Amino acid sequence: MSETHANTVSFVRDTMLPEQEPPVTERGVVKWVRENLFSGWLNSILTLLSLLAVWQILGHILPWFVNSVWSASSLTECRQIRDQVLGSDASSACFAVISDRWQQMLFGFYPNDAYWRPVLALILFGAAIAPVLFMSVPRKLLAFTAAYPFVMYALLWGGTIWGPLMVAAGFGIGYVALGLAGRAAGTLVGILAAVASAVIWWLFLAGPVAGVLASALPIGLEPVPSDDFGGFMLSFIIGITGIILSLPLGILLALGRQSNLFIINKFSVIFIEVIRGVPLIVWLFTASLLLNYFLPPGTNFDLMLRVIIMVTLFASAYIAEVVRGGLAALPRGQYEAADSLGLDYWKAQRLIIMPQALKISIPGIVNTFIGLFKDTTLVVFIGLLDPIGLTNSIRASTDWNGIYWELFVFVGLMFFVCCYGMSRYSQHLERKLRTDHR
Amino acid sequence: MSAISDETEQSFRLSMLLYDTRYRSLTIQVIASIVIMLSLSWLVWNTIQNLQSLGKDFNFGFLTQRAGYDINQRLVEYSSESTHGRAALVGILNTILVAVLGCALATVLGVIAGVLRLSKNWIVARLMGVYVEAFRNVPLLLWILLIFAIMSESMPQPRDFREGGDASMLFGSIAITNRGIYIPTLEWGAGSNILVAVFIASIGGIWAFRRYARKRQEATGEILPVLWVSLGLLILPSALFYFILGRPVSVLYPELGGFNFSGGVHLRNSLIALWLALSLYTGAFIAEIVRGGILAISKGQTEAAFALGLRPGRTMRLVILPQALRVIIPPLISQYLNLTKNSSLAIAVGYMDVRSTLGGITINQTGRELEGMLLLGGFYLVLSLVISGAMNVYNSSVKLKER
Amino acid sequence: MKKIAFAGALAAASVAGGTAGAATLDDVRAADSLKCGVNTGLVGFAAPDANGVWGGFDVAVCRAVAAAVLGDATKVEFVPTTGQTRFTALASGEVDVLSRNTTWTFSRDVDLKFTFTGVNYYDGQGFMVRKDLGVSSATELDGATVCIQTGTTTELNLADYFRANNMSYEPVPIETNAEGQQQYLAGACDAYTTDVSGLAATRATFEDADAHMLLPEIVSKEPLGPLVRHGDDQWADIVRWTLNALIAAEEYGVTSANLEQMAAGTNNPEINRLLGTEGDLGAMLGLDKDWAKRAIAAGGNYGEIFAATIGEGTPIGLARGLNAQWTQGGLLYAPPFR
Repeated sequence: MSETHANTVSFVRDTMLPEQEPPVTERGVVKWVRENLFSGWLNSILTLLSLLAVWQILGHILPWFVNSVWSASSLTECRQIRDQVLGSDASSACFAVISDRWQQMLFGFYPNDAYWRPVLALILFGAAIAPVLFMSVPRKLLAFTAAYPFVMYALLWGGTIWGPLMVAAGFGIGYVALGLAGRAAGTLVGILAAVASAVIWWLFLAGPVAGVLASALPIGLEPVPSDDFGGFMLSFIIGITGIILSLPLGILLALGRQSNLFIINKFSVIFIEVIRGVPLIVWLFTASLLLNYFLPPGTNFDLMLRVIIMVTLFASAYIAEVVRGGLAALPRGQYEAADSLGLDYWKAQRLIIMPQALKISIPGIVNTFIGLFKDTTLVVFIGLLDPIGLTNSIRASTDWNGIYWELFVFVGLMFFVCCYGMSRYSQHLERKLRTDHR
Repeated sequence: MSAISDETEQSFRLSMLLYDTRYRSLTIQVIASIVIMLSLSWLVWNTIQNLQSLGKDFNFGFLTQRAGYDINQRLVEYSSESTHGRAALVGILNTILVAVLGCALATVLGVIAGVLRLSKNWIVARLMGVYVEAFRNVPLLLWILLIFAIMSESMPQPRDFREGGDASMLFGSIAITNRGIYIPTLEWGAGSNILVAVFIASIGGIWAFRRYARKRQEATGEILPVLWVSLGLLILPSALFYFILGRPVSVLYPELGGFNFSGGVHLRNSLIALWLALSLYTGAFIAEIVRGGILAISKGQTEAAFALGLRPGRTMRLVILPQALRVIIPPLISQYLNLTKNSSLAIAVGYMDVRSTLGGITINQTGRELEGMLLLGGFYLVLSLVISGAMNVYNSSVKLKER
Repeated sequence: MKKIAFAGALAAASVAGGTAGAATLDDVRAADSLKCGVNTGLVGFAAPDANGVWGGFDVAVCRAVAAAVLGDATKVEFVPTTGQTRFTALASGEVDVLSRNTTWTFSRDVDLKFTFTGVNYYDGQGFMVRKDLGVSSATELDGATVCIQTGTTTELNLADYFRANNMSYEPVPIETNAEGQQQYLAGACDAYTTDVSGLAATRATFEDADAHMLLPEIVSKEPLGPLVRHGDDQWADIVRWTLNALIAAEEYGVTSANLEQMAAGTNNPEINRLLGTEGDLGAMLGLDKDWAKRAIAAGGNYGEIFAATIGEGTPIGLARGLNAQWTQGGLLYAPPFR
């Protein structure tokens, strides 16, 4: 090639030409715009339409937002300030309602001097959930995770610490019984003994013992009744307790659904399908209208607790399906390996299967939590004052009657920040856990 | 004792119930069923006790009593003289209506958003990202309330359509108001039966033609212009008969009279707000599913299709989509189920679905919580099972057939 | 497992409150707090302020009962209830008394097994329209779109009214008053109907209140009052006579200002019996003799409460009307204290 070239061309340049700038349309902003915004007639139309939409939306929202009034004590005052500054037909947000009532939106009617308690509970929740979410955190923290529900109860509701302690003691008693009876008569008997002893403890002994201890050693925080709970704190409590309490139940249900014991399998399937087949709002109305029918005459505990029970049952069905997915994703060989080591069912689950299955399920569990957290807004329909419920009662005060968008924008933003953060985390996990190399 | 066990190892001992794996599962199941039975009967017993102490009985007689309240949107005949049972039926139909509409629109929105999010157009991809994240991370209830409020605040009132008002009807026939959208309806005159028959026959014709075209393509490789022939078959015969029969079908336009528009079909604001909110919300989830489904198909598939000489459109339709659908359908089913269940949030905008009629006003007026909630839960359960059953059948029909 | 235990702990802590049925008084005393069902938010009648303290006309009744029974008007646990959940909350013992603008009807009293302990507000269902709609009477509303609050007697009254007058209408059911107000203001309905007190309260907070008017027709009777469960007559009596004490106090001119002075003894034996200076009516109720005095001290007599929460001096600006004393041509008529 080069030889023929040399022969046919009389002059050959022996220095390289300096590199030329690409044409204007092929560099810098112009190139980017051409490639990313106007690469074809369809794309150009889409771009223009999008720009138009953004323009329209911002044109409506921005002035409203920029002109907002932040300090006033009532909507009428807001309007007066707007009239003075901008004239009466300007659009202007009255975010003064947020600066006036933000504490209520966050904490409900929780006593002002006790705000540190829910905040501390939330921080401790971070510490408790860390060993589950991040593998690098020391495993010993798991003990705190197990203790967290009791800590949370004692912190939020206050009252004597002996109540939650005695309930926790039930687990200890059950564990001891499991060890003793299990060694003496096998796992199955051990489990039965553990359950029986714990139930007996809770039903008949825990209450009186706690009462005696409380009168002897009254340690505890100022009690706060459930009616004072509200706002985002309520959403967090229902969401977090729901997800924590539903995890063990959900894992059991998932195992039940995978089990080849006919009755246990069918019971789990029916439970999961019935719970998942009916909307949460119907379950909440059940909690509010019907739960008292199903409990012994005379029992009555507060609405929030009933809601937590219902939400827990509801979430456990979803968690069960997530965990089942994790179980199904494990290669068959893991089960067989556990069997070949001679591990019994529970040991195999505990040491081999569950750690792997749960790890795969964490993104799903986080997603379930996001869904649950968003769904806590439905409690407004049964009269609990969650953020949306509070917007109603704030609007019912003569000061703020007639205010609308500002409260919803605030609630929406708060939810967005929380849920977006969590969903980013779950996406990050999914990427990290993806083992197939595409 | 020891003598016996020495003699026959097969003989049954009580402890074998616990230690012998052959019997142990039986033991566990018996214990489990006893526990389940006991708890169930405990619940039922409590319920009976509570009902007695409240002086209530358990019967569904209230379903035949006069309801006494009005329902604005009804797909079947209903008035305040009708029974509670009839009101429940109206609610059930309304629930199904919004669920079907919602699923359809959510799919369309989801597919568009999912595909556009993968678009090379920077601003479009970003906008779709904003849409998906905004809707996925804010509670549905808030969206329903916001969309309802936006619709009633930004649409013109019917009175603006009067003389001197600043609103006018779209194409002179559709009125978009803040009470809903009024669209023209068709009035079926004499001879319209024949027209309908012709229309159905032409659809049959299209189906037959498509079959023939496919057979022919398989046999000869020749591709017939299916789309144009189908369109022609759809329109031409019906149009011909429409004029032959002397225009039996006429359009009834909505007209402003009194306080509201009358005539035509009234799509109420509550329905539209709920429908839009459900669709936008579920659409955001479907968009992610669609995106994931498309990304899951390896590039080699596209390249192989190109190598075979297929054009991009056909590649999408014949190669990518069928495979992506397999990934997309199972989560799509659960989104449909979610949408159906979420339609119970209709209460927020006053859309009279089954939860608002049977589970709301009826329970409230009659005080029959137990019976009403049982019926309501049962209805949703059956609906969910039917949807997931139907979708599973479809799913298994498109499933990869592996040996 | 964990779940049940946790529930157990919570239950143990909170079960102390209320066993449904008998001896509500004992339960209230044991808990040292009165659980009172109120509206989740209705302007002037029940709403929490920035500090979370509930106030309003319905709330005042609860406070008076708490003052009479427990001696402290702040010992009330307010349980917000919706139109849907209020009756269950009362029937199941979740609340001890329901003071949530609830209409006294036959079926609620007899079939739903509640005891209404009197009427604290005589109301009626009315309509609010924009003035420029050109309607001056509810009979001209044929074909109108009407916003109603669902879960109440309102929707039944509305159906009956339009049926009786042979008119058609388009109901737009709304979950809360706030939503209804927003819909009405946006013009999504021609008329907004609920109890007249609610309409007036809502209208009072409009930016252009003068552009709206209430139609003269009152289409129903809505005697609103506190209610308790059937079967505990002593408790029902306490709530009933606390309310009566507030009404009687106004009639006799006992106010929170002159209460101490009157309690020292007056020439009117009825006042003396009411305030416990003469006889011992409180003991008959199972309370002490100062019960009515404390109830009145909590928020003043009926007239003072009315004036402070919904009266003409407040932004809501309701006139006494039917709710004036019988001596002033109203319907308030407390039975004699003897």
